[in-house]
Amino acid sequence: MGMTISEKILAAHAGLDKVVPGEIINAKLDIVLANDVTGPVAINEFNKLGIEKVFDQEKVALVADHFTPNKDIASAEHSKILRDFAKNQKIKYFWDTGTVGIEHCLLPEQGVVLPGDLIIGADSHTCTYGALGAFATGVGSTDCAAGMATGEAWFRVPETLKFIFHGTDFQPWVSGKDLILYIIGQIGVDGARYKAMEFSGDGIRSLSMDNRLTICNMAIEAGAKTGIIEPDEITLQYVKSRAKREYKIYKSDHDACYENVYEFRSKDIPLQVAFPHLPENTKSVDEASGRKIDQVVIGSCTNGRLEDLEIAANILKGKKIHPEIRCLIFPGTQQIYLEALRKGWIEAMVEAGAAVSTPTCGPCLGGHMGILAKGERALSTTNRNFVGRMGHPESEVYLCNPAVAAASAIKGEIVHPREVVNNG
Amino acid sequence: MGKAWKFGDDIDTDVIIPARYLNNSDPKHLASHCMEDADPTFATNVKPGDIIIGGKNFGCGSSREHAPIAIKAAGVKVVIAESYARIFYRNSLNIGMPILECPEAVAGIESGDTVEVDLEKGLILNKSKGTSFQARPFPEFMQDLIRGGGLISYIKEKRNNA
Ligand code: SF4
Repeated sequence: MGMTISEKILAAHAGLDKVVPGEIINAKLDIVLANDVTGPVAINEFNKLGIEKVFDQEKVALVADHFTPNKDIASAEHSKILRDFAKNQKIKYFWDTGTVGIEHCLLPEQGVVLPGDLIIGADSHTCTYGALGAFATGVGSTDCAAGMATGEAWFRVPETLKFIFHGTDFQPWVSGKDLILYIIGQIGVDGARYKAMEFSGDGIRSLSMDNRLTICNMAIEAGAKTGIIEPDEITLQYVKSRAKREYKIYKSDHDACYENVYEFRSKDIPLQVAFPHLPENTKSVDEASGRKIDQVVIGSCTNGRLEDLEIAANILKGKKIHPEIRCLIFPGTQQIYLEALRKGWIEAMVEAGAAVSTPTCGPCLGGHMGILAKGERALSTTNRNFVGRMGHPESEVYLCNPAVAAASAIKGEIVHPREVVNNG
Repeated sequence: MGKAWKFGDDIDTDVIIPARYLNNSDPKHLASHCMEDADPTFATNVKPGDIIIGGKNFGCGSSREHAPIAIKAAGVKVVIAESYARIFYRNSLNIGMPILECPEAVAGIESGDTVEVDLEKGLILNKSKGTSFQARPFPEFMQDLIRGGGLISYIKEKRNNA
């Protein structure tokens, strides 16, 4: 019996020839990540260990992206713990205001995470890096502290669920976001609990890296341990110019064992909107259309990449945001911001009446820069629509892709992009 | 012995501790906002030794360890749920917050019931109704972790013995 890509990466890092689902292994880590929310808690635990240095200064990544630029004194104090630690430990991969981006946009962009890596991050969306063919999973601060100290972590080898998309004939405007929302709608927010989700088929292989990163990003929203895609030409193209160290390509064997296989026809997937208060409450955009909104958010580690901004800018160009809508745009990294600026997309957004921010998590987690009042409703390209996620416990968040978000910002209510673009 | 506080399915980490309070990781501060968006009276009325009952997929969402820390610092003795989200489960064990998986107990306990739990045996007694339930035991590796008092002490011990 063969192995899946996930099993191969775990086995290789545990020094084993073979692993099977359910087995508990101890494995060596390539990258350990923390941010300004989880990092200080991890550092506190790290200090309890009485170990002076992190296991490798080039394998720890610290990203101050959640409450930065610091929104208040408490978050400034919190971030300072991260800053001081990074400095004292001479951490190579530390980013702060001015160079920082949202961690899951930044680390792939900077070539810090690579195919074949085993990565833990004190952030649940660490699973994003599976789009590169890495095994990456979110952990808490204590696991992160132990990882920073020892360079190792224990894992239960997960069962794998395979999701195959047949055909490259996607409906207009459909993106990676719609595919993953559709899957979550089908299997539920615990449908892949403890498991690896492997995405494949010619539908997936036809997608850009930006779209693949979006898909793997939301694997955690189905409860998964990781989302993963076998590397191909598109992956290598992306990685080649960024990698500064060796990496390894793993692929699933033809006779690998899957717990379940789900097959979809790409052309059947309509544009998705997830209703409050769970990402599994998905409907097609046509069923959601006409719903009034107060705020539109475009960005986050799910949809803050260059292609996302391009789509939004092309829809907003030459139009005006509806007067009753606050449209907030958060580029994922400084490089993305700069590139969008050079291409004239930021100009188009600002002229349309959008507020464009420096890269930060901001409103995605109800942190700052766009909090909702009681009874307000946001349409957002982020990944979670839990109760109170973006502000008041009685506010609402709807999730969608950047095209639906931008079109709806113009219309003042949820619409299919064809309504705005055809009229334009 | 303590009072049961019952919540539904898919209780996420934003409900357990909203992100707006994560600019400070002091356990007392986190405890004072625990479960706020599901039950604003919880944090003020919960007593040491009380128990949280959850449905399926308890603790889904973010990796914030602040969630089990908030519950532990609020004085909750144990969480009993039908099932847990992966990261929450791992975090709870790592910080030494006892959690049990027992769908029968979840069905057989209501808010306000008085419940006694023997953590070692995984035995759950509903004193109000005179019923008892047996939770699933932890895998062996986890038992070592718990016995060691969480991951940090476990690692310390391992290093000292090495
Ligand atoms: S953008 Fe949102 S989901 Fe992504 S890391 Fe930041 S807070 Fe988490």
